[in-house]
Amino acid sequence: MSVKVSMKVNGKAVSGEVEERTLLVTFIREQLRLTGTHVGCDTAQCGACTVSMNGAAVKSCSMLAMQAEGADVMTIEGVAAADGTLHPMQAAFKEHHGLQCGFCTPGMVMNAIDFAKKHPSASEQDVRDALEGNLCRCTGYHNIVKAIMAGSKAMAGAK
Amino acid sequence: MSASLIGARVQRKEDYRFLTGAGQYTDDVTLPHQSYAAFVRSPHAHATIKSIKIDKAKKAPGVLAVYTGEDVAGAKLGGLPCGWLITDVNGQPMKEPPHPVLAHGKVRYVGDHVAVVVAETQEQARDAAEMVEVSYDVLPAVVDASQATKKGAPVLHDIAPDNTCYVWALGDKAAVDAAFAKAAHVTKLEFINNRLIPNAIEPRAANGHYSRADDSYTLYVANQNPHVERLLMTAFVMGLPEHKVRVVAPDVGGGFGSKIYLYAEDVVVTWASRQIGRPVKWTADRSESFVSDAHGRDHHTIAEMAMDKDGKFIGMRVHTTANIGAYLSTFASCVPTILYATLLAGQYTTPLIFCQVTAVFTNTAPVDAYRGAGRPEATYVVERLVETAAREMKLDPAEIRRRNFIRQFPYQTPVALQYDTGNYEATLDAAMKMADVAGFAKRKEEAAKRGKLRGLGYAAYIEACGIAPSAVAGSLGARAGLFEAGEIRVHPTGSVTVFTGSHSHGQGHETTFAQVVADRLGMAVENVDIVHGDTSKILFGMGTYGSRSIAVGGTAIVKALDKIIDKGKKIAAHLMEASEGDVEYDRGVFKVAGTDKQKAFGEIAFAAYVPHNYPHDKLEPGLNENAFYDPSNFTFPAGSYVCEVEIDPDTGQTRIVNFTAVDDFGKIINPMIVEGQVHGGLTQGIGQALTEACHYDSATGQLITGSFTDYCIPRADDVPSYKVDTRETPCTHNPLGVKGCGEAGAIGAPAAVMNAITDALWSMGIKDVPMPATAQTVWKAIQSASKKAA
Repeated sequence: MSVKVSMKVNGKAVSGEVEERTLLVTFIREQLRLTGTHVGCDTAQCGACTVSMNGAAVKSCSMLAMQAEGADVMTIEGVAAADGTLHPMQAAFKEHHGLQCGFCTPGMVMNAIDFAKKHPSASEQDVRDALEGNLCRCTGYHNIVKAIMAGSKAMAGAK
Repeated sequence: MSASLIGARVQRKEDYRFLTGAGQYTDDVTLPHQSYAAFVRSPHAHATIKSIKIDKAKKAPGVLAVYTGEDVAGAKLGGLPCGWLITDVNGQPMKEPPHPVLAHGKVRYVGDHVAVVVAETQEQARDAAEMVEVSYDVLPAVVDASQATKKGAPVLHDIAPDNTCYVWALGDKAAVDAAFAKAAHVTKLEFINNRLIPNAIEPRAANGHYSRADDSYTLYVANQNPHVERLLMTAFVMGLPEHKVRVVAPDVGGGFGSKIYLYAEDVVVTWASRQIGRPVKWTADRSESFVSDAHGRDHHTIAEMAMDKDGKFIGMRVHTTANIGAYLSTFASCVPTILYATLLAGQYTTPLIFCQVTAVFTNTAPVDAYRGAGRPEATYVVERLVETAAREMKLDPAEIRRRNFIRQFPYQTPVALQYDTGNYEATLDAAMKMADVAGFAKRKEEAAKRGKLRGLGYAAYIEACGIAPSAVAGSLGARAGLFEAGEIRVHPTGSVTVFTGSHSHGQGHETTFAQVVADRLGMAVENVDIVHGDTSKILFGMGTYGSRSIAVGGTAIVKALDKIIDKGKKIAAHLMEASEGDVEYDRGVFKVAGTDKQKAFGEIAFAAYVPHNYPHDKLEPGLNENAFYDPSNFTFPAGSYVCEVEIDPDTGQTRIVNFTAVDDFGKIINPMIVEGQVHGGLTQGIGQALTEACHYDSATGQLITGSFTDYCIPRADDVPSYKVDTRETPCTHNPLGVKGCGEAGAIGAPAAVMNAITDALWSMGIKDVPMPATAQTVWKAIQSASKKAA
């Protein structure tokens, strides 16, 4: 059975017909063609699919599209300013070489922004603990941790 | 003149698209009329296929086609080839059993491809794949290489009745045995180099598209070497004209070796796209990646080092059994031989080395190169032996290394390689200082007061990168050349597009290579674009693996640049009415020696494309050059790692409290990117040492560690922040003086970690701990040692 879902994605009202079993990530990638949100596993471990829903980071592979009915969703495509200027967290990832192949990066950034909002003065250990649900195979996390520390600072300063 | 870009920490040009979700990975490519494939995989490790019923699946909603092994055999698709022929100790070629793209008659590992379903959507394809009914006669399976060679073990392939692919050896056994006979001390270790599953975060994916309009194929694929993929697929499997096939490896989300190979899925989607007249896309889910990506390592080794009374190494003897899985993957055969035994000299003057390798088929996924490929295994052998020998002889582990370091270069090892340059003392000194080895005793004492065990371990590794030259590789069995190609296209306004046969899947070539070119041409990196990963754009390429990109691919670019500058000098000489011999070139400026006459690079480029005033009698217009580069030798990056661990004896939990890496990669183009490569390599090496173990059930051959919940790739809280630095001895045989840095961390880290752990446990009588040293493993080792002591 197909059902209709409607939500706001990156500030725009969107709707579509999905199967009941359709995951939010599938709706985002296949129907909205927002392919910046990635799928890296099938057990909710890797976090590459992380998006923001109603202001909180969620794994879009672990929920149905239907569960996002009426929600305000932001994907990585909606993070930078309209003129293309990077968000302070994105800029920090670039400055600190916090990405290599880029595949885990959107999920990392989405989680990092949510984390930084909630923990503006986190320690290195706090950041490492917060990345429990985001896997990276390239960077060894060293520069991701540095980037999130710096990005958090920049976000706090920008307020 | 602007500051040199060589050695500059230039931020990456590729980052913007990755940070904004604009990257284009294979699964992001959806073509008009796209269809989707799902594979039916064997649930058994070893079985004969009695029958396959596809009727139900064919009738399922959205299904376009279902194909089995019989269909592909009927279509005369060949099997997957192996790219390296190993000749065994008796001069016979290795056993090369057929490797069908869809199983025919028999399945040989859990995950083996049995059938494919193509449907309108991915969900429909997966649903229908569940409806394919395969009836199997289950056979006994063997997953352990040491068991597979025993009499009575299940036989995988008729042509290898003892499951042995080859027995291969390197070195003078009699001379080595004689050295052992007169040794003052012999250190012996037996260990497993644990099997690993690469797990790039982007799963493998392939999207094949046949165009009836011009009878051509396009394959988008998550791959590290699109030209090699095309060559293997067209010439060896599908029998297609090479020029009718375009392979695109767009943004690729990590490879680590696992995306070098030609896989069955790549062939099947390409072939199926012609059968149904629509593009066919397949994307692995993570569970499929676990069972079907080529795995890494899996050696069982007995290693011995013979020393004189002063701890000088006089001989080394190594016997390894390498598990190569159910079939020969693309480069499986050269990993435990050519890329392993040749590295056993390490950084030392050991004069006599013998290594024998038995490669064995088992009912497991194929095993091939994974970050380091043979060299981590070799380094583990050498550095575990060296450290253990030091402890047994009551020598300082750094001192025993110093007594044996190679100091004269070039140095011919007894295992075929000739090192061109290095300074092993320099990296060891620097690492010891950065790691504050001098203060370790105090830290150990302090930890003991808290009830914790501290250990410090070294690894002094060497690697051989950029396999070369092609003629030598060919004589050793390589069925491909190992050069690289590059092309420089200068545009009329002076900006530049560079086409490289290297492939970036995280390494940052778009920045590093742009730095090399922009520096030579005296322009901003923004004016140089790097294009890679598309056989229709790049003249040829051997791709990226074995840390070869800057040393081989970078050099090809430099050679093309030399041609550009040579031609530029001729144009400049004409414009400035000077003789060509008087024109000097320095980073963007052509000058007439001894005068104030000069022309900027952009002016020369413009003149080449708007040739109004131009030496037409001597030169063609345009400024576009390409070059192929076949290196004269490997490069030899080397370094010293120091790992310090703290173990909680009550739980066995090991924490890395300090990890220092000092590497010699020769000249460095972008230190920021190099450090990133080291961090990532170290983390994969630490993963091997502490958390990662691929485990198959010995009775059923089921993969036990088939998800991220069972197979632990390091999380951010499993690893420390690293202290990294470099020392520099430029490579002597390439113009950039570069050596490569991609694999070093994964090569050196496992031995450093395990040397630290065994240092912490040595006083309890524990000589060795198996990898991965999980809390349970270490706790067990401590318990059994305490029982023995009591």
